[in-house]
Amino acid sequence: MKRLLLAGVAAALLFGAPAHAQQPTSLLNASYDIARELFAAVNDAFIPAHKEATGQDVAVDQSHGGTSRQARAITEGLEADVVTFNQVTDIDFLVQNGFVSEDWQSEFPNQSSPFYSLPSFLVREGNPKGIEDWDDLVREDVQVIFPNPKTSGNARYTYLAAYAYALEAFEGDAAKVQEFVKAIFDNVPVFDTGGRAATTTFVERQIGDVLITFEAETKAIAREFGEDQYDLITPSVSLLAEFPVAIVDRVAERRGSGELAKAYLDFLYTDEGQRIAAEHGHRIENETVAPEFAENYPEVRLVTVEDVFGGWDKVQEEHFASGAILDQLYGQR
Amino acid sequence: MHHATGRPPRVGDAPAIRRTLIGLVLITGALLILAPLVVIGVQAFSMGVGYFGATIAHPDTRHAIFLTVATALIAVPVNTIFGVAAAWAVTKHDFRGRRFLIVIIEIPFSISPIVAGVAYLFVYGLQGLFGPALQSADIRILFALPGIMLASMFVTAPFVARELIPLMQAQGRDLEEAATSLGASGWRTFFSVTLPNIKWALLYGVVLCNARVMGEFGAVSVVSGNIRGQTNTLPLHIELLYHDYNSVGAFAAASILALLAVVTIIAKVLLERQGAGRRSRPALAAPIVEAKP
Repeated sequence: MKRLLLAGVAAALLFGAPAHAQQPTSLLNASYDIARELFAAVNDAFIPAHKEATGQDVAVDQSHGGTSRQARAITEGLEADVVTFNQVTDIDFLVQNGFVSEDWQSEFPNQSSPFYSLPSFLVREGNPKGIEDWDDLVREDVQVIFPNPKTSGNARYTYLAAYAYALEAFEGDAAKVQEFVKAIFDNVPVFDTGGRAATTTFVERQIGDVLITFEAETKAIAREFGEDQYDLITPSVSLLAEFPVAIVDRVAERRGSGELAKAYLDFLYTDEGQRIAAEHGHRIENETVAPEFAENYPEVRLVTVEDVFGGWDKVQEEHFASGAILDQLYGQR
Repeated sequence: MHHATGRPPRVGDAPAIRRTLIGLVLITGALLILAPLVVIGVQAFSMGVGYFGATIAHPDTRHAIFLTVATALIAVPVNTIFGVAAAWAVTKHDFRGRRFLIVIIEIPFSISPIVAGVAYLFVYGLQGLFGPALQSADIRILFALPGIMLASMFVTAPFVARELIPLMQAQGRDLEEAATSLGASGWRTFFSVTLPNIKWALLYGVVLCNARVMGEFGAVSVVSGNIRGQTNTLPLHIELLYHDYNSVGAFAAASILALLAVVTIIAKVLLERQGAGRRSRPALAAPIVEAKP
């Protein structure tokens, strides 16, 4: 009886033993919630390219969700080898928990952001209210739709972009800037909790004159709900929204997948990877590919959180912390 | 004094009130239940049968269907056995802590599924109680099939027991006591006396449990990790498609989920019809026990 038990334990150890010895042939990419089509296309291109380069057959699995939740899940044991997020702060959370190395932003070009986007406008067909730039959003006859900046990362970009515009327009006069942002808030009839809900409000409930969300989103919405019903408007200035990527070192070390993970993220910067990103509504830096898409992406001057607000930590403290500027402006409604 | 018909008048006696009530029920039923179902069906096919077929045939959708059905195939039997055993213990026996057990059984009913999911994170997560030990043993519970099973089972644990307990309490213990005094064993008593008396409630509990397992979203979404083709159940897959601006795909997947629910209900109706002939008050009509002394 005892021997049987021992044999059982031995068998369990044998078959349950982690297969770390060889390079794994699969990769898990934890990504943001609306990136399914983008990474389905990326993976379809990466797998044959990797096979050609190394002779290795690999599979890439995808997990999609809000990136704060994804980061949380990784710290709880979701074994993602790489993250492709839409919020820098959520990778910082992984850094704080020891899953991603501190210098992750120097591991890949452009601060480890292979493509980027910006808060942009979607208006109804023909732009009946003549909305062209941020200062149109405070007009009394304009209703603006974006989600609640308290709960939506997407809306925080919108808030910061409007704030950055106002800082320039009023030459840093804080009182006027905040009055401007509050006037935009006053024009928002409903604050939904997330980007998708705001889209529903604008598209299906037909509320509002302009929806503000990432440019990549505005393109996706127009494609899905009818290009002939909406116009895309690019404001004169907006905020750079990075789509940061990183290797989750702790998982990659455990699984021995570091090389594959790096190859995957490197692929995002190749001409092929960049072309796919651009086809899915993202702006890219790649000098050979970007010109092919120039007419889809009107000129816009982009400012960064770093330059205007002194970095995400400072933004968090001055704007988004409990009782900070956002609360004051939002609370006055 | 209302003795004309020998019974007190009821609300439905006046035709105007009866019609109003029936009308209200029909209208609310149509608006709240029928309309959304019709919309799901219509939307699912709004881009043609081909697109619908392509969505369903997509490996990720097929896997989501498989995962949802597999979860139900495990969670429902486990919870059925648990529910019957719990109801039997609570209603047919006296022991210390009986009331406490009832409270335990009902806990999953009263707490939000998301809380259940988060609780599992705290127990099995890498930051939680057993997470580090499980990882070093290379056993995956969270973000894998076992986590989904556990979360589904937790949320649906009370469904069968909740259906059975009030009925079994009302039926009392007389029949079981009679059976035992006539010499029937515990198993015999259960299968020949208790089970025939509770089978319809049991069936109903199983159907509810199954519907809930297949539809469970909150708890599963916390522990699933949303890996497409691996840990995405059908409800999670529907949300994903919806977030992708793939409304038609989402509706197509939703129609499959609705279809699974409808199949369950049809199965229940068929079973009921089959048993309807023998159904008339089984507790009193059935010959009690043919046990030998």
